Formats: sequence, C-alpha cells, structure tokens
Amino acid sequence: MNKSYLYSICFLFLFIFISFPIFGNEKVEEKNIAEQNEHPKETFNVGAFIFDHIADHYSWHLFTYKHKHVAIPLPVILYSKNKGWNIFLSSKLNHEHIYNGFTIDIDGKYKGKIIEVNSEGAFIERPFDISLTKNVASILISCIILVLVFVSVANTYKRRVDMPPKGLQSLLEIIIIFVRDDISKSSIGEKNSHKYTPYLLTIFFFILLNNLMGLIPIFPGGANITGNITVTLTLALFTFIITTFSGNKNYWKHIFNAPGIPWWLKAPLPLIPLIELVSIFIKPFVLMVRLFANISAGHIIGLGFFSLIFIFGNMNTFAGYAVSPLSVMFTIFMSVLELLVAFIQAYVFTFLSALYFSMAIEEHH
Amino acid sequence: MELIKPDLGLLIWMIVSFSVVVFILIKYAWKPILKALKDREHTIERRLLAAKKAKEELARIEFGNEKITALAKIERDNLIKEAKEIKTKIIEEARNEAKVEARKIIEETRKSVQKEKEEAINEIKNQISELSVIIAQKILKQELGNKETQKKLISKLIEEIDLN
Repeated sequence: MNKSYLYSICFLFLFIFISFPIFGNEKVEEKNIAEQNEHPKETFNVGAFIFDHIADHYSWHLFTYKHKHVAIPLPVILYSKNKGWNIFLSSKLNHEHIYNGFTIDIDGKYKGKIIEVNSEGAFIERPFDISLTKNVASILISCIILVLVFVSVANTYKRRVDMPPKGLQSLLEIIIIFVRDDISKSSIGEKNSHKYTPYLLTIFFFILLNNLMGLIPIFPGGANITGNITVTLTLALFTFIITTFSGNKNYWKHIFNAPGIPWWLKAPLPLIPLIELVSIFIKPFVLMVRLFANISAGHIIGLGFFSLIFIFGNMNTFAGYAVSPLSVMFTIFMSVLELLVAFIQAYVFTFLSALYFSMAIEEHH
Repeated sequence: MELIKPDLGLLIWMIVSFSVVVFILIKYAWKPILKALKDREHTIERRLLAAKKAKEELARIEFGNEKITALAKIERDNLIKEAKEIKTKIIEEARNEAKVEARKIIEETRKSVQKEKEEAINEIKNQISELSVIIAQKILKQELGNKETQKKLISKLIEEIDLN
C-alpha cells in the first residue's frame, strides 16, 4: 500500500521532469507555426490562449456554443473624474462595445482593462476600477462557502458535545487538528500557539479551497485565485502585518542590534541591520511569489498540454485527433499533480507563516 | 507584464473580503471549534484516567477478596483441624476414663469377691471346726466308752510322743 503510493509519487516526479522539455519544444515549434500561418483563417496562439485563461475578466465565461460566447455578466463599478461613479453590467461591454464612454482596452497599455474614451474612441484615462470581476466573484463565493461550512461545523460541535464527530465534521476535524498540532503548536510552541491558530486555520482553508476550486474547470470554480499575484499579495500582507505587530523586544533587537555580530558590521555602516530590515520584507514577498508561481505554473502547464490538441489540429486535423488521447492523459496527470500541489502549497504557506510568527515572539535564551 | 502586476480593484476587494472572512471565521467558527476540541480532549483524558483508576481500584478489591477468601479457607481448615483434635481428644479421654472406670469396677468386684470368698472360707472353716468338734465328740464318746480302747489310745499317744 505504502510502497505503491511511493511509486506513484516517483512516477509523477519523473513525469514532470520529462514533460518540461517536451512542453518547451512544442512551444518553440508552435511559435514557428504561428508565424507561418499568420495570414490564413484562424491561427491558434498558445500564449494568448493560456494567459487569457489564467487572467481576470469582467464577465464569467461559461462556454462557447457555435461561436457564441455564453457568459455570466458581472457588475462593473467605476469612478472617473469626468463621470463620477458608474455601475453597470459587464454584458454592456461585449463585442468591443463602448458604453457611456467606457470600453475594454484591446491592445494598449491597459490591455484587458476598462478605459475611458472620448467620442472618437481616443484614450482619456483609466478610471478607478473596483468592478466585481471574475476573480472577485470567485473570492466572494469561496468566502461564502468557507463561512457556511465552518460556521455549520462549529454549530455541529456545539450541538454534539461529548459525542464522536460525524460527517463533514469528522473530515474537517482531521485537518483542523493537523493545522493546530503539526503546524501551529509544533512551530510556535504550546504557550503562544492558541493566539495564532485561528488565523493559520483561516489562511490554510482559504488557500486550500481556492486551490481546489481553481482546478474545477466549470462555473463555481475555474477562476485562478491563488495563482493571482494580488490575492497572494493580500495573504502575505496579512502575515506580514501580524508578524510585525507581534514582534517582541527580542525580535527587534535581533534586527537592529543583532547580538554576536562584530561592531564594525553594525556601525558606522549598518550592514547587518540593513540586511535584517530587508529580510522582514523578503519573507512575505517570498510567500507571495511561491504561492502565485506554483499555482500559475500548474495552470499554465495543464493548459499547455491541453493546447497540444489544437496545435496539432492546426497542422493537420488527423494529427489533432491522434494527439488528443495523449494530451488528455497528460492533462489528467497534471490535474492529479495539481491536487497534490493544492494541499502542499496550502501547507507550506501556513507553515511558513507560523514559522515567521514564532520568530517574532521568540524569547531570548 | 500583466500577470505579475497587482490590480488595485482586486486588492481592495480581496483585503475587505478576506478581513471579513478572517473575522467571521475566528469569531463564529474557530473559537467554538477549537474550544470544543480542547474540551473533548480534556474529557477523554479525564475519563481515561478515571477508567484507569477504577481498574486499579477493582484490582485492589479483587485482591482483597482473594485475601479474605484465603484467610477464610485457612480459618476453616484450622477450625476443622481443631475440631478433629478435640474430637479425638474427647474420644481418647472417654476411652481412658472408661478404662479406668472399668478397671476400678473390676478391682472392686474382685475385692468384694475376694472378701466374700474369704468370708465364705471363714464360714466354711467355722462350720468345719464346729462339725469336727461334733464329730470328735461323737468319736470320742464312741471310742472312750470301752476301757480297752482307752488304754490303747493312751499308749499309742505316749508312743507317738516318744517318737517325737
């Protein structure tokens, strides 16, 4: 049982190492093909296809049926100096329409974002944009799921006092206890961990849920939340703020006047304090980049394998058919791997946050 | 590049919604859940300890019972042994007493028989002496009625004396 598990992991890793060069080669070939086929009917641009899928949108695209895009319109909320607040549905901007002087930039500096244009269609400014985009809607959905699930589980706990866990409660209890004991308690320590455990649980489940929802290709999922730099920035920002505010005297002393370092490294040129100060910001930055890069890379590779069908289909219809089973298999493998990555990245982000908290509150020995 | 450029609108939404989620989950989910888990763990720990204690108590009681049984057995054995001893002793005593009594009776009987025998013998002797006197009287009367015979006897007696 254990051995077969190990084998499958080994196989997965082997698979990734082999798959990278293959993917790279295809990309190069594809570029050549794209250049050659610039003029004829429809060219398939892999780069644009992939980045379009992992980027944010003003509407939630569901599927395309006979060249007709079916999408859920989402509210657009804008503030511009000339027109003040504007709230309308994103369906008004479909097919490059200009609505009330607003349109989506097709090929400019703000590609894919809403810009304000004058009557001739010339760019005026980029309005302050707090639209409820696909990512925002997805974040709200996952927040609602989190609140519903965990408040109901909490109620189950209140109702079933002194009884064994049941159903969803018993599934989540394993993870909750894992986060509490193996992440929070093991790195922060028995004494102080209870202050940080609730936050750690929140980021763990938030990241895990969004990672998993990102793997679902249809409606409630499909948005690339944890592979979005803004989202990981916010999460890292929360960890940074908590770390900075819980830093005790010992923590700051280690930064500005690290003990055991020769004086000439601290004055007149404060070399070590400078490095330490930068490290405060590097830690959350690394958190942000790691989660973003891992999830985005997973999506890019998965989509890349899927694109193989269309690349070969562009060359020759039969080649497209021939390559599709292989491509589907690769995509399935990638999805399974991403499932693993979803848990690992949630764990890593939470664990490192816990580690930073423990550094901030460490007592001098 | 588009991909690594943070978006202000999304940032605002994310900060607001994530703050709200953190707040709600901490207040209404994590605190009660963690408290319930802790309470349950304490309860389980307490019950395990109590069970252990009860087990020990039971073992002690059982041991006590065994000890009492063993003691009772010994007591019983002792009692039986004592009773047997008493029994044998009583029997022995009774037998001894009976023997002594019997001997005494026999002794007494013998004594009385002896006495009676002696008495009887004495009586017989007395009677014999009386009879013999009577017989001698009669013989003498008969013998000494004739002179001749008197002389003969006297001479004979003298002769006997001489011999002595």
